[in-house]
Amino acid sequence: MKEAEHCCICSDGAHIRVEVLSQPRYLAGVREMVLAVSRRLGFGESGSNHIALAIDEALANVIRHGYGGASDRPIFLTIAPLVEDGAETGMRVCIEDHARKVDPSKIKSRDLEAVRPGGLGVHIIQEIMDEVEYAPRDDEGMRVTMVKRLSSETEAPAASEGAR
Amino acid sequence: MSLQVRSESRDGAAVVSPTGEIDLSCSPELRVALQQALLTKPGALLVDLSGVPSIDSSGVATLIEAMRSTQAQSIPLVLCGLVPRVMAVLEIARLDSVFQIAPDVDEALKATGA
Repeated sequence: MKEAEHCCICSDGAHIRVEVLSQPRYLAGVREMVLAVSRRLGFGESGSNHIALAIDEALANVIRHGYGGASDRPIFLTIAPLVEDGAETGMRVCIEDHARKVDPSKIKSRDLEAVRPGGLGVHIIQEIMDEVEYAPRDDEGMRVTMVKRLSSETEAPAASEGAR
Repeated sequence: MSLQVRSESRDGAAVVSPTGEIDLSCSPELRVALQQALLTKPGALLVDLSGVPSIDSSGVATLIEAMRSTQAQSIPLVLCGLVPRVMAVLEIARLDSVFQIAPDVDEALKATGA
């Protein structure tokens, strides 16, 4: 299996990097891991739940749309603290795949006024994360990088949340 | 834990109660249960989500499909027992005002007049 090239987060020192097979049954395990890591990085319960949901949606999009439901393809998830002015201010996430390249401008949230199934994942990701960027990788596949910042109004330090 | 779905009839309404996290891996099971419940031509369709700690867009899409089916058959659909984490997803998707939502099954039955 071909390893993904290093993304911006990896080259800057990834803290966690996992490879997940493109099977929906592993989404729950990834959510649990993301929840635990988010708490350790200082996010509260609500923020951690939201981050786990956003990453779940991004992975599900790769499985459904990138790989068309194929269950034997790799997805690479990288997580690292966001460091700004020497302080940890949130979380950086990078998700890469070996799927077909897509024009990032084509990846859009659908019109929410039209109540219909499908197309909600991109909207949920954009609503939750502070920064979202889709880009084709150099060789093959796509990369989505996301940033979520701690909000002093809504997030408590990890220690006071009883981080596990 | 995989998704468990229990279906029962109460006062003429079909009550579908999934238990477990709803994501891409199991939303098809919920879809089948909801479709089967509608085959019985119930007076109302109640989806008791009190046993669902989290839901993603595939689960929300399944609920939207159920809403479309019930609207086509003029059957009331009520979601009930939503935990805050699930309610938050509906709010993010701006669907919290689209679905009829009740605190629990008893209140949902009252709301539908069943």
